[in-house]
Amino acid sequence: MSEFIQILVSGLSAGAIYALAAVGFTLLWQASQTINFAQGEFVMIPAFFVLAFMNWAGMPFWLSILFAIVVSVIVLGAVFKKLVVDPMMRHGTLPLVIATIALGLLMKESVKELYSPLGQPFPSLFPADVLTFLGASISVSDIANFVIAMGTIVALQLFLQKTRTGRCMQATAQNPDVAQILGVDIKRMVLYTFLINGALAAIASVLITPVYLAKFSNGEVLGLVAFIAAIVGGFNQIRGALVGGLLIGVIDNLSATYVSSEYRQAMPLILLIIIILVRPQGIMGTSEGRAV
Amino acid sequence: MSVVLNVQGISKSFGGIHAVRDVSFEVRKGEMLGLIGPNGSGKSTLFNCVLGQLKPNAGRVEVKGRDVNGMRACDLNKLGVGRTFQQLSVFPQMSVIDNIILAGQEHHGSMLSRLFGPSDAGLTAEAERMIEFFRLGHLRDALAGSLSYGQQKLVDAAMAFMAGPSLVLLDEPAGGVNLTMLGNLKERLKAYNETHDTTFVVIEHNMEFVMSLCNRIIVLAEGAIIAEGTPEEIRANQQVIDAYLGG
Amino acid sequence: MTRKTFILAIVGIVLLALAPIGQKSYIIYVLCSWLMFSIGAMGLNLTLGYAGQVSLAQASFMGIGAYVTALLTLNGWHWMAAMPLAVLTTFVIGLLLGYPALRVQHHFLAFVTLAFNTLVFLVLRNEEWLTGGSFGLVGMPRPDFGFYDTGKQIDFYYFTLVLFVLSAGILAWIVHSPWGRAFKALRENPIRANSLGVDIRRMTLLAFAIGSAFGGLAGAIMTPLVQFIEPGSFGLIHSLKMLLMVVVGGAGFFFGPILGAGVVIILPELLRFTEGYYLMIYAFLVIVLMVFSPGGLIGLGQKLVARFRGKPEVRKDMAQGAQL
Repeated sequence: MSEFIQILVSGLSAGAIYALAAVGFTLLWQASQTINFAQGEFVMIPAFFVLAFMNWAGMPFWLSILFAIVVSVIVLGAVFKKLVVDPMMRHGTLPLVIATIALGLLMKESVKELYSPLGQPFPSLFPADVLTFLGASISVSDIANFVIAMGTIVALQLFLQKTRTGRCMQATAQNPDVAQILGVDIKRMVLYTFLINGALAAIASVLITPVYLAKFSNGEVLGLVAFIAAIVGGFNQIRGALVGGLLIGVIDNLSATYVSSEYRQAMPLILLIIIILVRPQGIMGTSEGRAV
Repeated sequence: MSVVLNVQGISKSFGGIHAVRDVSFEVRKGEMLGLIGPNGSGKSTLFNCVLGQLKPNAGRVEVKGRDVNGMRACDLNKLGVGRTFQQLSVFPQMSVIDNIILAGQEHHGSMLSRLFGPSDAGLTAEAERMIEFFRLGHLRDALAGSLSYGQQKLVDAAMAFMAGPSLVLLDEPAGGVNLTMLGNLKERLKAYNETHDTTFVVIEHNMEFVMSLCNRIIVLAEGAIIAEGTPEEIRANQQVIDAYLGG
Repeated sequence: MTRKTFILAIVGIVLLALAPIGQKSYIIYVLCSWLMFSIGAMGLNLTLGYAGQVSLAQASFMGIGAYVTALLTLNGWHWMAAMPLAVLTTFVIGLLLGYPALRVQHHFLAFVTLAFNTLVFLVLRNEEWLTGGSFGLVGMPRPDFGFYDTGKQIDFYYFTLVLFVLSAGILAWIVHSPWGRAFKALRENPIRANSLGVDIRRMTLLAFAIGSAFGGLAGAIMTPLVQFIEPGSFGLIHSLKMLLMVVVGGAGFFFGPILGAGVVIILPELLRFTEGYYLMIYAFLVIVLMVFSPGGLIGLGQKLVARFRGKPEVRKDMAQGAQL
């Protein structure tokens, strides 16, 4: 029982971080029909921004994180949109997909060549203390990660639903033509979506990298998890991305313990295939009626 | 004369909005039916229900006696229903003749004959006749995407007819087309109807176009049929005038 | 096929036949590799360039083809008997994989193939009893036809060349048939195609399965070419490489994948001096290419030619619905 609680907690903790990546991914799709295949690398690279600020600019850890988040928002948000997405919108979705695949590759190789091909230790934000609860050992960082990640998502939801800008963003995502007629600056709303994704990716990066070490190849796994979480949860829903992320986190941790370690990676993949077969709209998704 | 399209009691709502309320009508072979109504009257929703793109909350649609509920568009087409589209509806990177051959090829032969048989599925002559009929002969090998809007509409109509359908549904065919081309389109549609006895259903905003093209009109307002008859009868119908002028 | 294209094809084949003469063994090996990847890329082009579906699993189909061929030839089967089985296996797996994925939504195939590729890699790596695991399989023989032995590199090259020409011929046949026309319609305006009686589910599935089978054939050639296969050669990165081959060459153009495969294979050799940076440079160039010419290098060439000749271009203002 105690083991189960441990697994559940660390699963939810990891899952909440996956959810950040999945939510950002879903937002981009909703707002601008962008399928960002570089989302994994988006979550990999902010950690290297932090390391660069710390090791090259000699900045303290907390300041580096702040700067890294700002840089992520600008580069992964605004620059990504202006330089990669905007010029390609007129060509349709496929060239954009290819471009984001190439972008992911570029980011990965850049880190490998310009920083290091080896895994780098990344400081944890939280003390390494462990609490006991019902006989289970639960690390403080797991709790903190969960709280911060969930908190971010909840804050995002509140922002989207309660603030004027947020509602304008939702309108842009649902029906850009009508939104425009009603006076919403849809270009700006789409830009905000990209900026938010940059921030989400940066937060996820800072939370998850202490566990894995900062390595250029982290994006492969993180990206895959983000896609699967988004689809399993229900591609068009933020709630879905959240549920998907948590689910994947828990399943991943469960299979690490109870299924062979060699096939641990396979569980989310199998889940994806099952969901597509059985319930393609995702767990939280509504049936979109007929598909062509 | 046989009934080609039988719409019975179709209702469709979106949440609290009743877009279509209990609409029923029949279309007989060879008729040219126009479906008109002010904005928001439910024309497009009804159209999509008939074509199977929307699932109605109630009612039944029968084509040549067959219930078409849940049918995929390709199967509906094989049954003999053709349609045109409001927006871009040609294959822009393919030549005009290729567009039209494609429209016909799925109705000839089998999957295997389409792989191992002639590359044009034996349809070049027929496609050229269709191109001549729509007076697009000089554009035979041009990329469909390089044509003017009006010309593309003609190609669209040619494609819809190529499969020799019994029923063609035209979705706002006059939209965005200049006057000369409009006359051309109208005249070609009439000529086709006369030679092939094809049944048409046209949704349109352009009253002038629809009144002069169709021999029967149905008027929708707020999701229900408010009038039905010949163009002359409709023109004189006070209810229709009120509906359009919001009286 | 027009006379011009036919003549160009003959010239191309002659050039390819002359290419390896007098070259070092390593160069010939690179040429074999190019032809082999071209076959795989041509298949992917059918799926992606003609039917408009993103498949990120082409490397895994190559892997399946390679391992099936390897296991059979290591057990005494002749390559000519092993290869059809490898191709058939990949075709069937393509059908099985594509059927549920394509039932649903257009963009799902990309993710399903992504997951599939990783799954295949895991199975290849973990099931050591069958696949040799991380150690791979080694010692697969080069096919011997009695009158012709492909043991020497240059002899194997001509063997590969024959297969390449046959594959290209089959693909050309498919593309010029009504099937090919339906595939193109799928890419340009699937909704319109559907309304004209094209069974888009079936045609998309066929394009995917046939494309995957070409991948299987490429894998079947890889086995005797390198005579040592291991799971790492068929990971996701290689599927991405093949995708880039098709796109850089020009998706939807017949010769695009051949050009693209050449670029992807030759470029690292030329950029060897840049060591690790070549992948960065390459990825960057792909992004730039996508911005300015989504039709890849051949698309770019066409645009330049049209500019000089002043041919009417397809209008962009009515692009809705005509998306790749």
